[in-house]
Amino acid sequence: MTQRKKRLSGAQILIETLIEQGVTDVFGYPGGTVLDIYDALFRAKRRIRHILTAHEQGAAHAADGYARSTGKVGVVIATSGPGATNLVTGIATAMLDSVPMVAITGNVATSMIGRDSFQEVDITGVTVPITKHNFFVTDVRSLADTVREAFQIAKEGRPGPVLIDIPKDVQQALCVFTAAKEQPLSQKERVDDTVLDKAAALIAKAQKPYLYIGGGALGCELGKQIVALAEKIDAVIGCSFMGLSAVPTDEPRFLGMQGMHGRFASTAASRQADLILAVGVRFSDRATGSLERIQTRPTVIQLDIDLAELGKNVPLDLGIQGDLHVLFPRLCARVKPAKHPEWMRQVQHLREKETADLLAAERLQESELSPRSIFEIINAYTDETTVFATDVGQHQMWTAQFAALRTPHSLVSSGGLGTMGYGLGAAIGACIGTKKKTVLLTGDGSFGMNLTELATAVTEKLPLVIVLFNNRTLGMVHQLQHLFYQKRFAGTSLFARKTDFVKLAQAFGAKGVRVETLAQFETAFKSAMQSKTPVLLDLQIDPQTPVLPMLPQDESIDNIITTMTE
Amino acid sequence: MRNVIAVYVENKYGVLTRVAGLIMRRGFNIDTLTVGETENPDYSRITITMQGDEYSRTQIINQLKKLHNVRQVQLLESGDSVERELLLVKVKNSAATRSEVMTAADVYRGKIIDYSTDAIMIEVTGEPNKIQAFIDVLRPLGILEMCRTGIVALQRGSAALAKQA
Repeated sequence: MTQRKKRLSGAQILIETLIEQGVTDVFGYPGGTVLDIYDALFRAKRRIRHILTAHEQGAAHAADGYARSTGKVGVVIATSGPGATNLVTGIATAMLDSVPMVAITGNVATSMIGRDSFQEVDITGVTVPITKHNFFVTDVRSLADTVREAFQIAKEGRPGPVLIDIPKDVQQALCVFTAAKEQPLSQKERVDDTVLDKAAALIAKAQKPYLYIGGGALGCELGKQIVALAEKIDAVIGCSFMGLSAVPTDEPRFLGMQGMHGRFASTAASRQADLILAVGVRFSDRATGSLERIQTRPTVIQLDIDLAELGKNVPLDLGIQGDLHVLFPRLCARVKPAKHPEWMRQVQHLREKETADLLAAERLQESELSPRSIFEIINAYTDETTVFATDVGQHQMWTAQFAALRTPHSLVSSGGLGTMGYGLGAAIGACIGTKKKTVLLTGDGSFGMNLTELATAVTEKLPLVIVLFNNRTLGMVHQLQHLFYQKRFAGTSLFARKTDFVKLAQAFGAKGVRVETLAQFETAFKSAMQSKTPVLLDLQIDPQTPVLPMLPQDESIDNIITTMTE
Repeated sequence: MRNVIAVYVENKYGVLTRVAGLIMRRGFNIDTLTVGETENPDYSRITITMQGDEYSRTQIINQLKKLHNVRQVQLLESGDSVERELLLVKVKNSAATRSEVMTAADVYRGKIIDYSTDAIMIEVTGEPNKIQAFIDVLRPLGILEMCRTGIVALQRGSAALAKQA
């Protein structure tokens, strides 16, 4: 007797294919055009977990945080129309930071498409510029392969978000489902030895080498090899915001993030170096500023998986495209050891100036709750298992400057798009993905944007510590107004808001503690780190505390701002 | 500098929008864009002409290569490729200008494809310079309306984008 193959609905095929692709958790929010998908999820709930958020944007950020912290593809599901458009900021955030994500949206039935039907939006049209690719599925027979292709695209090469829009009738249509295995990624590598020899020769000529690493180096987990190369050629290491956590912050050769709000030594060294070896980094304007301001232009070598990044933002002496997993070790093997004691002395002076500047700037502040002292406590009570998430603003830059990031992917933060309101959703996703203690650093401005996700954190009983840098101000913009708009503080004061974040946390069913001194913070943070459920610490910091140093766009390193007073 | 770029794409829903949108988003201006089926009905070929220096040309080619439906991108160098454009142009038909219109059409190897008491329609193909020259000749004679297809181009010799895709 021949066995008849079982026919499944499109919605069931979607869920089966997600499971086949190794998906164990999806974030989302139900609605009219995803009823079938939710029904299929319900029926498969022992094999795949759905996490209901309070808003689709939170779900998108959660999928993103999940992906960044685990390296897996994050999955988010939303209904058509407003559900789909609410994903847009989350998808764009993932796009700018090359985060692998698959977003699934329902849409009205194919017969209703194009008629401005209830909750109909052309979400594939909307998301063309902010996805790596997207699909509009019109035939259930192509659904399984479309989902497989979407995962492949999201992961391969330079990762990124992919959206699949599935009309309701396609979800309901029946079709035979043939299971397949998750396809491994192929590593294409065609770089010629002579190109690598040329790179090695340029490196051999350098007297002041600087390794500049970004999200690509982090994604490929090259940290140990980067440090080994730096030791071999006596180089220092700096990173872009996206490169943070690739190399542990306590690594002696690591100078930290460079750029507008980067560490002084890192930024200055990158401008004094005679060779910049850029690994998986795109020379974003915030990190690089204007290289034209450098008096003697360094030799620049850039390695990246994305051909379009080579030479996009700075002129190169040599650009090499390839998979860094393969390319970087090949290059390292060709490089000859070198010693540059003079360069090391020069960098040591920069480090000394950095510390002196920092202490000088701190002395001008009245509050003892300086960012550095706050992070001294945070670093003391966290370890290599802690995941940090941030929102966007001053607290984010303080995190970049002072947080002890001990393991790769221990920081989850929106770099390229700079999405305020990203943090809470992302922290929830990271906490669920890693099952580790997660610390969200946020500000009163950012937190106000998507605080409704506290409901999700409480529902899921997440061990989440929220450190809210509350300065009653939109601090980053306020700082720019202070410096460049003659202190006309348009729209950046939140003093008239009467939000009580402690009561707010309690209203959501979380713990809330107000903190006004360093001693209180230490007690509260230590205790919060023991909690198995969400705790919010409302940290009352001085609104006048700036992020320093600051290198204004298009300024030379000589004009870096290291102190600010009223 | 004018650049001619051939883009070999999967013949799928929305591909033209993706290609055109990418060029717009990255801040480049398209002079002409043509699209049509190829020898393989699963693929289309888009020919783009745009102004830009070497930097923008490289950028746009590399960005186009990243699009999922794009299989091959090629810069067509003028010495190594053939370009053609088609023009349909309608001019006034009057006793005073008729013979001049006919002569011009003849010299530019145009075809009269429609003739009525008050209008003559001419079809001309050729390189963009020739098309432009023909339009310049007709302009004082009273162009009623016209339509240019934009450039299509192929590399000389046996090379083919489909083979590389």
